Amino acid sequence: MNPRYERNIPALTEAECGILRGKRVLVVGCGGLGGHLIDMLARIGIGALRVVDGDVFEPSNLNRQLLSEVPLLRVRKAKAAAARISRINPEVAVEAEDSFLTNENVHRLLLACDAVLDGLDNIESRKMLAAACAQAEIPYIYGAVNGWVAQAAISMPGDHLIETLYPEGATLKNKSVLSFTPALCAAMQVSLCVKLLIGRPVEAGTIYYFDLLNQEFESIPMT
Amino acid sequence: MIEVRVFATLRQGRDKVTMLSPEGIACAGDILDRMRIPREEVSILLINGFHQKPETPVKDGDIVALFPPVGGG
Repeated sequence: MNPRYERNIPALTEAECGILRGKRVLVVGCGGLGGHLIDMLARIGIGALRVVDGDVFEPSNLNRQLLSEVPLLRVRKAKAAAARISRINPEVAVEAEDSFLTNENVHRLLLACDAVLDGLDNIESRKMLAAACAQAEIPYIYGAVNGWVAQAAISMPGDHLIETLYPEGATLKNKSVLSFTPALCAAMQVSLCVKLLIGRPVEAGTIYYFDLLNQEFESIPMT
Repeated sequence: MIEVRVFATLRQGRDKVTMLSPEGIACAGDILDRMRIPREEVSILLINGFHQKPETPVKDGDIVALFPPVGGG
Protein backbone atom coordinates (compact mmCIF):
# COMPACT_ATOMS: atom_id res chain seq x y z
CA MET A 1 0.00 0.00 0.00
CA ASN A 2 0.92 3.64 -0.34
CA PRO A 3 3.38 4.34 2.54
CA ARG A 4 1.56 7.61 3.20
CA TYR A 5 -1.30 5.60 4.72
CA GLU A 6 0.74 2.93 6.58
CA ARG A 7 -0.01 4.44 9.99
CA ASN A 8 -3.72 4.45 9.25
CA ILE A 9 -3.48 0.66 9.60
CA PRO A 10 -4.79 -1.22 11.61
CA ALA A 11 -6.93 1.55 13.18
CA LEU A 12 -8.51 1.59 9.73
CA THR A 13 -8.48 -1.43 7.45
CA GLU A 14 -6.99 -1.19 3.97
CA ALA A 15 -10.50 -1.58 2.59
CA GLU A 16 -11.71 1.36 4.73
CA CYS A 17 -8.82 3.50 3.49
CA GLY A 18 -9.94 2.62 -0.02
CA ILE A 19 -13.49 3.68 0.77
CA LEU A 20 -12.25 7.08 2.03
CA ARG A 21 -10.30 7.62 -1.18
CA GLY A 22 -13.55 7.23 -3.09
CA LYS A 23 -15.38 9.95 -1.13
CA ARG A 24 -15.95 13.66 -1.75
CA VAL A 25 -16.42 15.93 1.28
CA LEU A 26 -17.49 19.57 1.36
CA VAL A 27 -15.89 21.83 3.97
CA VAL A 28 -17.73 25.12 4.40
CA GLY A 29 -15.46 27.69 6.01
CA CYS A 30 -11.65 27.69 5.99
CA GLY A 31 -11.10 29.52 9.28
CA GLY A 32 -10.73 28.23 12.86
CA LEU A 33 -12.61 24.97 12.43
CA GLY A 34 -12.13 24.70 8.67
CA GLY A 35 -8.34 24.88 8.75
CA HIS A 36 -8.11 21.90 11.09
CA LEU A 37 -10.86 20.01 9.26
CA ILE A 38 -9.11 20.39 5.92
CA ASP A 39 -5.75 19.35 7.34
CA MET A 40 -7.10 16.17 8.97
CA LEU A 41 -9.24 15.18 5.97
CA ALA A 42 -6.32 15.57 3.57
CA ARG A 43 -3.95 13.57 5.78
CA ILE A 44 -6.32 10.66 6.40
CA GLY A 45 -6.89 10.36 2.66
CA ILE A 46 -10.35 11.58 1.68
CA GLY A 47 -10.30 11.38 -2.12
CA ALA A 48 -11.81 14.75 -2.98
CA LEU A 49 -12.25 17.94 -0.95
CA ARG A 50 -14.39 20.92 -1.94
CA VAL A 51 -13.49 23.91 0.24
CA VAL A 52 -15.46 27.13 0.50
CA ASP A 53 -14.69 30.55 1.97
CA GLY A 54 -15.05 34.09 0.66
CA ASP A 55 -12.78 35.73 3.21
CA VAL A 56 -9.11 36.71 3.50
CA PHE A 57 -6.81 36.17 6.47
CA GLU A 58 -6.74 38.98 9.03
CA PRO A 59 -4.39 39.50 12.00
CA SER A 60 -7.19 38.51 14.41
CA ASN A 61 -7.22 35.02 12.82
CA LEU A 62 -3.65 34.25 13.90
CA ASN A 63 -4.54 33.16 17.46
CA ARG A 64 -6.35 30.03 16.28
CA GLN A 65 -6.68 29.49 12.52
CA LEU A 66 -4.29 26.75 11.41
CA LEU A 67 -4.04 28.04 7.83
CA SER A 68 -3.30 31.64 8.86
CA GLU A 69 0.31 32.83 8.87
CA VAL A 70 1.84 36.29 8.85
CA PRO A 71 2.97 35.93 5.21
CA LEU A 72 -0.62 34.97 4.26
CA LEU A 73 -2.36 38.04 5.72
CA ARG A 74 -4.83 39.42 3.12
CA VAL A 75 -4.55 36.16 1.12
CA ARG A 76 -7.83 34.44 0.12
CA LYS A 77 -8.65 31.63 2.58
CA ALA A 78 -10.01 29.23 -0.06
CA LYS A 79 -6.86 29.63 -2.14
CA ALA A 80 -4.62 29.05 0.89
CA ALA A 81 -6.66 25.97 1.84
CA ALA A 82 -6.32 24.45 -1.63
CA ALA A 83 -2.56 25.12 -1.65
CA ARG A 84 -2.12 23.49 1.76
CA ILE A 85 -4.11 20.40 0.77
CA SER A 86 -1.90 19.98 -2.31
CA ARG A 87 1.24 20.34 -0.20
CA ILE A 88 -0.01 17.79 2.37
CA ASN A 89 -1.48 15.23 -0.02
CA PRO A 90 -1.29 15.78 -3.79
CA GLU A 91 -3.48 12.70 -4.27
CA VAL A 92 -6.51 14.66 -3.00
CA ALA A 93 -8.61 16.25 -5.74
CA VAL A 94 -9.30 19.82 -4.60
CA GLU A 95 -11.96 22.28 -5.65
CA ALA A 96 -11.79 25.72 -4.02
CA GLU A 97 -14.72 28.16 -4.05
CA ASP A 98 -13.70 31.69 -3.18
CA SER A 99 -17.11 32.88 -2.02
CA PHE A 100 -19.34 32.91 1.03
CA LEU A 101 -22.19 30.42 1.32
CA THR A 102 -25.43 31.79 -0.16
CA ASN A 103 -28.86 30.48 -1.04
CA GLU A 104 -27.75 30.74 -4.66
CA ASN A 105 -24.58 28.62 -4.45
CA VAL A 106 -25.33 26.16 -1.64
CA HIS A 107 -27.11 23.55 -3.78
CA ARG A 108 -24.39 23.55 -6.43
CA LEU A 109 -21.70 23.18 -3.76
CA LEU A 110 -23.44 20.09 -2.35
CA LEU A 111 -23.54 18.26 -5.69
CA ALA A 112 -21.93 14.78 -5.57
CA CYS A 113 -20.77 15.21 -1.96
CA ASP A 114 -20.89 12.29 0.48
CA ALA A 115 -20.77 14.46 3.61
CA VAL A 116 -20.59 18.11 4.64
CA LEU A 117 -18.36 19.46 7.38
CA ASP A 118 -19.36 22.64 9.19
CA GLY A 119 -16.54 25.15 9.52
CA LEU A 120 -18.92 28.10 9.76
CA ASP A 121 -18.89 30.89 12.33
CA ASN A 122 -22.51 32.04 12.49
CA ILE A 123 -25.98 30.66 13.14
CA GLU A 124 -27.72 31.91 9.96
CA SER A 125 -25.28 30.16 7.61
CA ARG A 126 -25.52 26.94 9.63
CA LYS A 127 -29.29 26.95 9.30
CA MET A 128 -29.02 27.55 5.55
CA LEU A 129 -26.46 24.76 5.10
CA ALA A 130 -28.35 22.29 7.30
CA ALA A 131 -31.58 22.92 5.39
CA ALA A 132 -29.83 22.41 2.04
CA CYS A 133 -28.17 19.20 3.30
CA ALA A 134 -31.55 17.87 4.45
CA GLN A 135 -33.03 18.63 1.03
CA ALA A 136 -30.10 16.95 -0.76
CA GLU A 137 -30.14 14.07 1.76
CA ILE A 138 -26.49 14.53 2.71
CA PRO A 139 -25.20 14.08 6.30
CA TYR A 140 -24.12 17.32 7.98
CA ILE A 141 -21.29 17.10 10.49
CA TYR A 142 -21.90 20.01 12.84
CA GLY A 143 -19.24 21.77 14.88
CA ALA A 144 -19.21 25.03 16.81
CA VAL A 145 -16.90 26.70 19.32
CA ASN A 146 -16.87 29.57 21.76
CA GLY A 147 -14.09 30.41 24.17
CA TRP A 148 -13.19 27.16 25.95
CA VAL A 149 -16.28 25.27 24.72
CA ALA A 150 -16.69 23.03 21.66
CA GLN A 151 -19.62 20.93 20.51
CA ALA A 152 -20.01 18.57 17.57
CA ALA A 153 -22.65 16.22 16.19
CA ILE A 154 -23.87 14.32 13.16
CA SER A 155 -27.12 15.70 11.81
CA MET A 156 -28.91 13.33 9.44
CA PRO A 157 -31.47 14.58 6.91
CA GLY A 158 -34.82 15.25 8.59
CA ASP A 159 -33.64 15.31 12.20
CA HIS A 160 -33.88 19.16 12.46
CA LEU A 161 -30.94 19.18 14.87
CA ILE A 162 -29.67 22.63 13.91
CA GLU A 163 -33.13 24.25 14.16
CA THR A 164 -33.50 22.64 17.59
CA LEU A 165 -30.10 23.90 18.77
CA TYR A 166 -30.65 27.45 17.58
CA PRO A 167 -34.23 28.51 18.27
CA GLU A 168 -35.46 31.80 16.81
CA GLY A 169 -33.58 34.73 18.35
CA ALA A 170 -30.69 32.64 19.73
CA THR A 171 -27.75 34.95 20.40
CA LEU A 172 -24.04 34.43 20.90
CA LYS A 173 -22.47 36.11 23.93
CA ASN A 174 -19.09 36.87 22.36
CA LYS A 175 -16.70 35.85 19.57
CA SER A 176 -13.83 34.61 21.73
CA VAL A 177 -12.14 31.39 20.55
CA LEU A 178 -8.91 29.97 21.97
CA SER A 179 -6.30 28.12 19.88
CA PHE A 180 -7.06 24.62 21.13
CA THR A 181 -10.87 24.74 21.04
CA PRO A 182 -11.37 24.49 17.25
CA ALA A 183 -8.64 21.83 17.04
CA LEU A 184 -10.56 19.61 19.48
CA CYS A 185 -13.90 20.30 17.80
CA ALA A 186 -12.50 19.55 14.33
CA ALA A 187 -10.95 16.29 15.57
CA MET A 188 -14.35 15.19 16.86
CA GLN A 189 -16.05 16.22 13.60
CA VAL A 190 -13.54 14.41 11.38
CA SER A 191 -13.66 11.26 13.48
CA LEU A 192 -17.47 11.27 13.21
CA CYS A 193 -17.25 11.89 9.47
CA VAL A 194 -14.75 9.10 8.88
CA LYS A 195 -16.84 6.60 10.85
CA LEU A 196 -19.94 7.62 8.95
CA LEU A 197 -18.21 7.29 5.57
CA ILE A 198 -16.76 3.84 6.25
CA GLY A 199 -19.91 2.50 7.88
CA ARG A 200 -18.74 2.17 11.46
CA PRO A 201 -21.39 2.71 14.18
CA VAL A 202 -22.20 6.35 14.99
CA GLU A 203 -24.83 8.10 17.10
CA ALA A 204 -26.47 10.72 14.92
CA GLY A 205 -28.38 13.46 16.74
CA THR A 206 -26.16 13.36 19.82
CA ILE A 207 -24.30 16.54 20.80
CA TYR A 208 -20.76 15.92 22.05
CA TYR A 209 -20.05 18.85 24.38
CA PHE A 210 -16.57 19.73 25.67
CA ASP A 211 -15.90 22.41 28.27
CA LEU A 212 -12.11 22.62 28.44
CA LEU A 213 -12.15 25.22 31.23
CA ASN A 214 -14.04 23.00 33.67
CA GLN A 215 -13.06 19.56 32.22
CA GLU A 216 -16.69 18.70 31.59
CA PHE A 217 -17.58 16.39 28.71
CA GLU A 218 -21.18 15.45 27.95
CA SER A 219 -23.02 13.33 25.37
CA ILE A 220 -26.46 14.84 24.93
CA PRO A 221 -29.14 13.01 22.91
CA MET A 222 -31.12 15.69 21.07
CA THR A 223 -33.30 13.92 18.52
CA MET B 1 -36.52 20.61 45.18
CA ILE B 2 -35.60 21.10 41.54
CA GLU B 3 -31.88 20.89 40.76
CA VAL B 4 -30.75 23.32 38.06
CA ARG B 5 -27.31 22.89 36.51
CA VAL B 6 -25.93 25.62 34.26
CA PHE B 7 -23.03 25.29 31.83
CA ALA B 8 -20.38 27.44 30.15
CA THR B 9 -21.18 31.17 29.98
CA LEU B 10 -24.47 30.69 31.88
CA ARG B 11 -22.25 30.29 34.98
CA GLN B 12 -21.20 33.92 34.83
CA GLY B 13 -22.77 35.38 37.96
CA ARG B 14 -24.52 32.09 38.83
CA ASP B 15 -23.64 28.95 40.75
CA LYS B 16 -22.91 25.72 38.88
CA VAL B 17 -25.86 24.09 40.69
CA THR B 18 -28.91 25.83 42.15
CA MET B 19 -31.62 24.10 44.17
CA LEU B 20 -35.03 25.69 43.62
CA SER B 21 -38.23 25.15 45.54
CA PRO B 22 -40.88 23.85 43.11
CA GLU B 23 -43.39 26.28 44.56
CA GLY B 24 -44.58 28.61 41.79
CA ILE B 25 -42.70 26.66 39.12
CA ALA B 26 -44.92 24.88 36.59
CA CYS B 27 -42.65 24.62 33.56
CA ALA B 28 -38.98 24.96 32.60
CA GLY B 29 -39.60 28.52 31.41
CA ASP B 30 -40.54 29.49 34.96
CA ILE B 31 -37.07 28.35 36.06
CA LEU B 32 -35.46 30.58 33.41
CA ASP B 33 -37.53 33.52 34.67
CA ARG B 34 -36.68 32.80 38.31
CA MET B 35 -32.95 32.68 37.41
CA ARG B 36 -33.21 35.72 35.11
CA ILE B 37 -31.96 33.79 32.07
CA PRO B 38 -33.39 35.14 28.77
CA ARG B 39 -34.87 32.45 26.49
CA GLU B 40 -32.48 33.37 23.65
CA GLU B 41 -29.49 32.58 25.89
CA VAL B 42 -30.48 28.91 26.18
CA SER B 43 -29.77 26.47 23.37
CA ILE B 44 -30.07 23.09 25.08
CA LEU B 45 -32.61 22.60 27.88
CA LEU B 46 -32.51 19.16 29.43
CA ILE B 47 -35.06 17.81 31.88
CA ASN B 48 -33.78 14.58 33.41
CA GLY B 49 -31.40 14.15 30.48
CA PHE B 50 -33.82 14.79 27.62
CA HIS B 51 -33.99 17.96 25.52
CA GLN B 52 -37.29 19.78 26.09
CA LYS B 53 -38.97 23.12 25.44
CA PRO B 54 -39.47 25.93 27.99
CA GLU B 55 -43.18 25.05 28.04
CA THR B 56 -42.47 21.52 29.30
CA PRO B 57 -43.79 20.90 32.85
CA VAL B 58 -41.30 20.28 35.66
CA LYS B 59 -41.88 18.82 39.10
CA ASP B 60 -40.21 18.28 42.44
CA GLY B 61 -37.12 16.06 42.06
CA ASP B 62 -36.40 16.94 38.43
CA ILE B 63 -32.90 17.79 37.26
CA VAL B 64 -32.73 20.60 34.71
CA ALA B 65 -29.56 21.39 32.72
CA LEU B 66 -29.10 24.56 30.67
CA PHE B 67 -26.49 25.14 27.93
CA PRO B 68 -25.99 28.43 26.07
CA PRO B 69 -25.75 28.70 22.26
CA VAL B 70 -22.29 27.93 20.89
CA GLY B 71 -21.91 29.23 17.37
CA GLY B 72 -18.41 30.36 16.49
CA GLY B 73 -15.90 28.71 14.23
